[in-house]
Amino acid sequence: MDIIVCIRRAPTTDARIKPAADGKNYDPAGVNYDISEYDKFAIEAGILLKEKHGGTVTILTLGPSAATKEMRTAIAMGCDAAHLLVSDANHDSWAIAQALAAKIKSLPHDIVLFGWSSVDNQSSATGQMVAELLGLPSVSVAVALDVADGQATVDRLAAGGNRERYSVKLPAVVTCTKGLNKPRSANMKGIMAAKKTAVPETPANAPADGVTVVKLSPPPARAEGKIVGKGPEAAAALAKLLREEAKVI
Amino acid sequence: MSDVLVFVEFSDGAATKAGLQALGAGSTLAKALGGKAIALVIGNSAGELGKHGADRVLVAGGDAVGSYSPDGFARIVAEQAKATNAAAVLASATPMGKDFFPRAAAIAGCGLAADCIELDAEGGKPRAVRPVFAGKALATVEAPGTLWATLRPNVFAEVNAGGSAAPETVPVTFGPGDLKAVVKEIVAGVKGKLDVAEAEIVVSGGRGLKDPAGEGKQNWANLEALAEALGAATGASRAVVDAGWRPHGEQVGQTGKTVSPKLYIACAISGAIQHLAGMSGSKVIVAINKDENAPIFKLADYGIVGTVEDVLPALTAALKETLSS
Repeated sequence: MDIIVCIRRAPTTDARIKPAADGKNYDPAGVNYDISEYDKFAIEAGILLKEKHGGTVTILTLGPSAATKEMRTAIAMGCDAAHLLVSDANHDSWAIAQALAAKIKSLPHDIVLFGWSSVDNQSSATGQMVAELLGLPSVSVAVALDVADGQATVDRLAAGGNRERYSVKLPAVVTCTKGLNKPRSANMKGIMAAKKTAVPETPANAPADGVTVVKLSPPPARAEGKIVGKGPEAAAALAKLLREEAKVI
Repeated sequence: MSDVLVFVEFSDGAATKAGLQALGAGSTLAKALGGKAIALVIGNSAGELGKHGADRVLVAGGDAVGSYSPDGFARIVAEQAKATNAAAVLASATPMGKDFFPRAAAIAGCGLAADCIELDAEGGKPRAVRPVFAGKALATVEAPGTLWATLRPNVFAEVNAGGSAAPETVPVTFGPGDLKAVVKEIVAGVKGKLDVAEAEIVVSGGRGLKDPAGEGKQNWANLEALAEALGAATGASRAVVDAGWRPHGEQVGQTGKTVSPKLYIACAISGAIQHLAGMSGSKVIVAINKDENAPIFKLADYGIVGTVEDVLPALTAALKETLSS
């Protein structure tokens, strides 16, 4: 199987985010990066498919040159090859999807895996957009994935914890979430192999963004709260405040 | 180009709350742009969407939309966006809207502003505000052409005093055989169970509730009872989900769901930055924690310092009494 996993380099989720001086991007000072959380489930899904059906797992990323670090982490987990489309800009999903789709077209692919959403832009859109651009079926938010006879059976986590089952013809795009698998850690052999694996970098040539950020602002400050009391004795007072002051019940 | 097209989501034959909220937002935006709000219903009969702010109601039916399909629904919305020359195309940021709207926008050659919490017109152009980094920052966005956006549930108001609009049937240009992905069956879950991202009230539990398979059993039963008394959905912190105590669909935070209910009750959740980001958009936040220095109290509107063992049963009883009075 030719498996492609698209991953994103994103600020770690413990990062404090402040608008930069331009008022449109975030200030990268003091921010650390990692593979965006849900992309780890996509990497693991790709490796599991390879282990079962044979083939190769290729990592594809659009990002700055520094993203080769995250891509090598994926290789160390068990992926085989990687391509970086280099761009330093914070593109939107539509620009990224077009650049990724153009690259994927030039690579053999039976299945293209994504994390269902990034932890920074949180558009949960890139995978489905790539599928549309390539004319492929897409199933998003997968919690189960099995491939047999040129078909993928995918369970998607829908509203209220319901699971919808899809059966789609390969090639297909699947976006992955927590519950699909348990992403492995890289072992020493993998880390050594990753050091030796070349990560070719080509300019992303990303087209213009579909939506542009006019302004990035901090969230509005919340009003100072109050401690209603201690222990079960405070329950009645809280119930009264929720009805009479906050008017939410 | 001043009309607003709104995909109105249905469930079990009726428009969903989130769907009507999107229509309400679309109606307000259309007025600001000097255009019409056009509701689009797929695979259901239109109901009375005129009352909820629709100036026109388009209905697409037939075999091809008998079951939900992301590529099928996307194609219909994209075709109607073109036919109506809409300035903005909206849907709810629900599991369904998040699934197929990116495909629809891509057919139209547009980007997508996902999970928006504000929508208005600036110089005759639609503009949206959406949280990024789970709400650690807010991005104001616009599009060079049509603005495609999904709207977060519980943020926009329904319109209930509108007029009437006769349903207009729109053609479906493909058959069931053309669809790439169709939902075959629902394999698990409870039909109609409220999603934590769509609920008006969320009661969330943290590690302090302890293992539900062991000493925490009663605590979780108490949390469920509190949620039931309020008609709330249950949520959970990452620690609880990672421990396998609750299903991952309930996880609230930057690596789970970002929620904006009118009331969020955090029980024994200390308040990691990722969790706080995911629920800080809630209208009112209540925290119950035995540690009075827990970071969650900095964000909470109301706090009770105490153990969940003591406070949860007392709070459920007190709320039941208030609700029945």
